[in-house]
Amino acid sequence: MSELQQEPTSTQGEGRYTLGDPIADNRAPDSPIGDRWDDRKFSARLVNPANRRKMSVIVVGTGLAGGAAAATLGEAGYHVKSFCYQDTPRRAHSIAAQGGINAAKNYRNDGDSVHRLFYDTVKGGDFRSRESNVHRLAENSLSIIDQCVAQGVPFAREYSGLLDTRSFGGTQVSRTFYARGQTGQQLLLGAYQALERQIAAGTVEMHPRTEMLDLIVVDGRARGIVARSVLTGEIQTYLADVVVLCTGGYGNVYYLSTNAKGSNVTAAWRAHRRGALFANPCYTQIHPTCIPVSGEYQSKLTLMSESLRNDGRVWVPKERGDDRHPNDIPEDERDYYLERQYPAFGNLVPRDIASRAAKNMCDAEHGVGPGGLGVYLDFKDAIERLGRHAVEAKYGNLFEMYQRITGDDPYEVPMRIYPAIHYTMGGLWVDYDLRSTIPGLFVGGEANFSDHGANRLGASALMQGLSDGYFILPTTVADYLADAPFDEVPEDHPAVVEAVQSTQARIDKLLSANGNRTVDSFHRELGQLVWDQCGMARSKEGLEKALDRIPSLREEFWRDVKIVGTGDGFNQSLEKANRVADFMELAELMCLDALHREESCGGHFRVEHQTEDGEAARDDENFSYVAAWEWTDGGKPVLHKEDLEFSYVHPSQRSYK
Amino acid sequence: MKLTLRVWRQKDADAKGKMVKYQLDDVDEDMSFLEMLDVLNEKLVLDDEDPISFDHDCREGICGSCAMVINGIPHGPQKNTTTCQLHMRHFKDGDTIDVEPWRARAFPVIKDLVTDRSAFDQIIQAGGYVSVNTGSAPEAHATPVDKVSADDSFDAATCIGCGACVAACPNGSSMLFTAAKVTHLGLLPQGQPERQTRAISMLAKQDELDFGGCTNVGACAEVCPKGIPLATISRLNHDVLGATLAGARSD
Repeated sequence: MSELQQEPTSTQGEGRYTLGDPIADNRAPDSPIGDRWDDRKFSARLVNPANRRKMSVIVVGTGLAGGAAAATLGEAGYHVKSFCYQDTPRRAHSIAAQGGINAAKNYRNDGDSVHRLFYDTVKGGDFRSRESNVHRLAENSLSIIDQCVAQGVPFAREYSGLLDTRSFGGTQVSRTFYARGQTGQQLLLGAYQALERQIAAGTVEMHPRTEMLDLIVVDGRARGIVARSVLTGEIQTYLADVVVLCTGGYGNVYYLSTNAKGSNVTAAWRAHRRGALFANPCYTQIHPTCIPVSGEYQSKLTLMSESLRNDGRVWVPKERGDDRHPNDIPEDERDYYLERQYPAFGNLVPRDIASRAAKNMCDAEHGVGPGGLGVYLDFKDAIERLGRHAVEAKYGNLFEMYQRITGDDPYEVPMRIYPAIHYTMGGLWVDYDLRSTIPGLFVGGEANFSDHGANRLGASALMQGLSDGYFILPTTVADYLADAPFDEVPEDHPAVVEAVQSTQARIDKLLSANGNRTVDSFHRELGQLVWDQCGMARSKEGLEKALDRIPSLREEFWRDVKIVGTGDGFNQSLEKANRVADFMELAELMCLDALHREESCGGHFRVEHQTEDGEAARDDENFSYVAAWEWTDGGKPVLHKEDLEFSYVHPSQRSYK
Repeated sequence: MKLTLRVWRQKDADAKGKMVKYQLDDVDEDMSFLEMLDVLNEKLVLDDEDPISFDHDCREGICGSCAMVINGIPHGPQKNTTTCQLHMRHFKDGDTIDVEPWRARAFPVIKDLVTDRSAFDQIIQAGGYVSVNTGSAPEAHATPVDKVSADDSFDAATCIGCGACVAACPNGSSMLFTAAKVTHLGLLPQGQPERQTRAISMLAKQDELDFGGCTNVGACAEVCPKGIPLATISRLNHDVLGATLAGARSD
């Protein structure tokens, strides 16, 4: 990438980065928005079925995007190698998604359409996503539901035998398809079963308990990965014609999040260090309805599905510090603040707005529960209106989960909820074809940055993962492979040897530190710092504080981390340490991105930039771009801007009032 | 509260394991069982001892990773609850708790509490799917599914593949796991074309692996954290019988 090295001119994060050449997404056709994906599919080159088996594809990650992509590429006849760190592909964290998946089927006849789903998603993303990508996502939503039903995904149905839907935040139509509170599980099992079918057919070679630790780039093309067997500790190389990363988001940089304990940024971050740009890292999503922290030992946070806001009412006591039992607080002493502030959308405002409103209530000392860090989500009215049986049918398993964790019965006492990190909109930069800036490296699902702008709407993550995996990657990867097979890469190629040696050296370094602090203690400290300074509200002062602290924390980590055991076998502390080491680097880029973006948009809320009534104040004139960061080893990151154009949805101040 | 833990420690697949005793003095009742082990592991690392290995990931009871026999019961004493969702408020001060890995021939121990459950994937490979390639699906509303079948199918589909059923079975049988998948797909119109071959192929694969046979003990359904009903096994037997009478062969 050519570099036009210059210092940024504005005050944003001055001196901490340099400005590089702008980048453009050149893959989206110029045609009218509704024709672009059809046109791209037609222009994409094809590979003769007889040649496909000679071409190999590495897919890392087996969630909705990775599992679907590996299965579909296997069905097409490519030789696929699939990797996951878990013991089986069925455990990928997509499985934990509860609420549902959006699709513009308009089965309700309530005014939905592809264009409306497109519009809602662009608006919900606070005008920081690409129109072309989002429109394609809305188009694909239709086929996704068809595909999943055909696979035997047991979606909720009405007595007519037809599919049921419900409403999610940020929309006024009912377009969310669901399988009780376990939609992610059912969709993932559909993809997993398709994948296992291909494993049985011999088109997919599965490598469970194998964690990618580096990307192999040969002559400018991604040609393989370095991975460690979690079982034996062996460092191995896997080579192919193309590499696809579907490795999820980086929410665990905060230590406490709703992600699985193993979710990590390592694969994406290693690719970034090898030259792939990382886009919009400061766009993180805080989910408004999670179970609050109960103590210092807390290891993760549990989400309560957004669907609960269909019937649950959010409130706090009107009086500050009111510590009465919630059932003793009379109706006129409760503040249903979302209904009061946002009468049009009420309890179903988008996630960023609901989270911030909860934080504001707690900051103003209206919070409930330990430390005043909680608000009520109350089902009393819903139970009175619909009856306990109907509420149980809709939310039964979520209520049980809440009771198991907290010991409280939500049928009797309102739930206590608080926002928590849930999803990351930022990720590796990709073009319309989901190509990263390294030729031959594609990125799908949450690991890329592409479709949700600065805020993701509920039930859109499953849609995006499956759209990427079932429909986009199989088309665009095939187009890339039309030039394959490429020259065989020998195992002793200098680039391969270097990648293996640096991976080994890093592991040796971690093991040899033999310091005084556990991996978790470092991770917790990093997480608290990022949560405080780059969480729900961000300020110049706080971000600078974090940027000053992170390098020294990272230095302490490498010097003082303590890992017992060796690298030759099953060693879970070593696995964690490898991941935390990368979070330590990512955290710095997140804070820098947040500091440089002198505006508020979606999940990125800068306290300096808000409207009179406390809403996010965007600055379209100066910040209507994707911030794609280039790694420079030891030097300042280089910022490449991709300007966003809005021809179909005019950017406006989001209003849900 | 103060607790005594006796935990199965086994260095690797070939090593001989043993129960090792640990004291914990400050266990909070709001901790999850795994958070209690996290606290113990932090202590072990600082004391230069190898921390206890255990599989875990989502910690929300849905990924199916966690797998511990607690006081002799897979996933412990709380009904319909995975190990990660079990909270310490169900124990009391002074308790001694035994923690062991799944014990089943088909799930060999890898280290400490970690076992190899890849045999489950092999059962799915034998037919636990609908053979529909991406892109070939008809419009979703083309085939209505009656609500009762859809709901029953969903109940069976909630299986998380944790293996508690195998661990609880005196024969080490995977019958409930296999039956759950056969029921999930067999109750839906989309699953009909392969219903017979699926049932006999998956059953044949299960027999070929190191799982024992089913003798209708019912321990599997007792410990299943997702409440998969024993009736699914009757459905599997029904489908296998039907397939056999119809002369279907496994793939």
